[in-house]
Amino acid sequence: MILHPGIIALFIGSFIAVSVLLYGSFLGFRILRRWDRQESSEEQLSLERRTYLVSTMMKYVFWLEILSALLFILTVDSLHTIFTGAMCATGSLNANPVGWKVLYLKISMIFLSGVWITMNDIDQRTEDLPLLRLKYGLLFFILPVVVAERYLEARYFLGLNPEIITSCCGSLFSEEGGGLPSTLSTLPIRPTMVVFFSTVAAVIIIGLLSVSLRRAWLRYLFSAASVILFPVSLAAVVSFISLYFYEVPTHHCPFDILQAEYHYIGYPLYVSLFGGSFFGMIVGITEPLRRLGSLDPVVGKAQQRWTVTALVLVAVFTMISLWPMLFSSFTLKGYL
Amino acid sequence: MNKHLKILEFALSSLSRRPCKNLGITAVFSLVVFVLSSILLLTHSFRIEALRVFNSSPHVIVQRVLGGRHDLVPIEYIKGIEEIPGVGDVTPRFWGYYYDSYVDANYTVMAAGGETSSSITMLEGSFVKEGQTGVCVLGRGISERRMTERGGVFILTASDGRFYVCDVIGVFSAESALLTNDLVIVSPEDLKRLFAIPEGMATDLVVEVHNPLEVATVAKKIKNRFPDTRPITREEILATYDTIFNWRSGLMLTVFTAAVLAFCILAWDKATGLSAEEKREIGILKAIGWETSDVLELKFWEGAVVSVLSFLTGLGAGYVHVFFLGAPLFLPALKGWSTLFPDLRLLPYIDLYQILILASLTVLPYIASTMVPSWKAAITDPDAVMRG
Repeated sequence: MILHPGIIALFIGSFIAVSVLLYGSFLGFRILRRWDRQESSEEQLSLERRTYLVSTMMKYVFWLEILSALLFILTVDSLHTIFTGAMCATGSLNANPVGWKVLYLKISMIFLSGVWITMNDIDQRTEDLPLLRLKYGLLFFILPVVVAERYLEARYFLGLNPEIITSCCGSLFSEEGGGLPSTLSTLPIRPTMVVFFSTVAAVIIIGLLSVSLRRAWLRYLFSAASVILFPVSLAAVVSFISLYFYEVPTHHCPFDILQAEYHYIGYPLYVSLFGGSFFGMIVGITEPLRRLGSLDPVVGKAQQRWTVTALVLVAVFTMISLWPMLFSSFTLKGYL
Repeated sequence: MNKHLKILEFALSSLSRRPCKNLGITAVFSLVVFVLSSILLLTHSFRIEALRVFNSSPHVIVQRVLGGRHDLVPIEYIKGIEEIPGVGDVTPRFWGYYYDSYVDANYTVMAAGGETSSSITMLEGSFVKEGQTGVCVLGRGISERRMTERGGVFILTASDGRFYVCDVIGVFSAESALLTNDLVIVSPEDLKRLFAIPEGMATDLVVEVHNPLEVATVAKKIKNRFPDTRPITREEILATYDTIFNWRSGLMLTVFTAAVLAFCILAWDKATGLSAEEKREIGILKAIGWETSDVLELKFWEGAVVSVLSFLTGLGAGYVHVFFLGAPLFLPALKGWSTLFPDLRLLPYIDLYQILILASLTVLPYIASTMVPSWKAAITDPDAVMRG
């Protein structure tokens, strides 16, 4: 166990998140069991009041989850100095491989939290709370994910041992590394570039069409394209975008760009990518909800806004990626 | 958007209508943030300082270990080490600790020469030249404690009990205090006499490695060739310092988490204990058309204003405390063990990560503890309240 300030902050966050989530789910369960919109009894009134409490608590927990993902990455990155052989977050994560699972769970939680917060938001804009059952039901699906994530996070930090000699990005994200990171690093650059830029172009074109034509099938298509954009972009970051930032044709690490040497460029890069993909996805996820109760006008208006936000963020992400390709003296000509 | 701003405005005026209660909570909150931010900023800048200092330290230091204790190393080992491929210069170092009973302080006495003279440039006066004996250069702290300046004399008691008198020819400048505050530089000959170091022995050896990537391999080879030695690499020293400072700040933070907990209970209590007047106010708001969610938002804004205000006050006070006043409250607990502390001027440094940790330790628990009370206030039934 390493008593690092960041780890203590994460543990306190875990404790709060899990306890508030457990209490909120418990209340949610009680509300779900007795909920009857048509009823006008004392009990129904008290349940309706409780929905405010559950919503407030869950919004808090899910924002906390998003924040904790950032704090986790920052902490793991700052821990690398105590491990021999570690130079960035990759080394710290390799020092106790369960850390990778935590990272994947945290990324999933960013999206799940976003979905829940959005559903709650549009639900509360209506009088009849049509999404109540859906969003409280979703809590029971999210609860085990959060508990697992926080449990693995605790196991990761408690299992860290500074004596371990770990291997870092140079060996993991290389031809010899093995596994998914190695496969991503050895993706041929030119085809990956083609796939990446065509996906970005597709997302932007479909998005613009969807904003102006306002068709349901376009929104589904836009959403699907955004879902595809996320893994394609991550692959592109490992395969060639990172190379331009490092100005080294063999260094594929997706974490080093988060460091001060590269002006923390990774943060705006990933924030715009996550945001862009999320707002794209949510357009499609909420589309079937329009049929429920009085949601149609609320969702319709929000979808336009989300599409525009997604487009802006994807554009920002693309511009950050393109910047060093266009304006630095580094070129991958020999490797294309 | 406009509605949110209006609610924020209302929250501000509602806070200013109850100055005592809100100032009380803000003061306590600021104090908690102040304590935690002082600890975080102080240890973080120590780490940065240590990193800066040790970046110019030797690649490998070879000590000899006898029965698990640090012992003098034979100078003849140098030949063997120099034969290892990739090794540059190997130089012996002579140094030791000296306890001065007159002023109750420990000094570090080092011999001039090798990397000692090249790494220390911040000096008023001249340095000990090769072959020059009976002279010394003092750190600022010693010079002040013993009240000797350049041109004066400095007296040490040698291992054999005889007095050793030397002329002070230079004093280190104040900027290098972290490195040189308790330092005495004498000639190698004087030092050997002072500590009775036998001929052919040195305190430790400094090994330079041409390629930094080979440092670990070279260290391993030294250990294989001379099993009684302990090679210490720069990376190891840095990692150790990092761990120590993280551990110290972690320990202090854990201790002060209790304070955060106490504060949360206070916040919970303050938020629960609504006065009759506040209850009436919420009742009236709801009667004139505010929704439960609006009142919740009002409570959220009140909490946000208190948090932001206290956080900034606490962080600002912590910043001043650490970087302008030299952290008088926590320095003894966090710095080290030496008796002769240098007067530290830390480089002001703060980053997003520190702020994020601080917020997770203070603001998050605060919001969590006011959630349920805020909700309880927001569901107030106007009818019941106004009837009394």
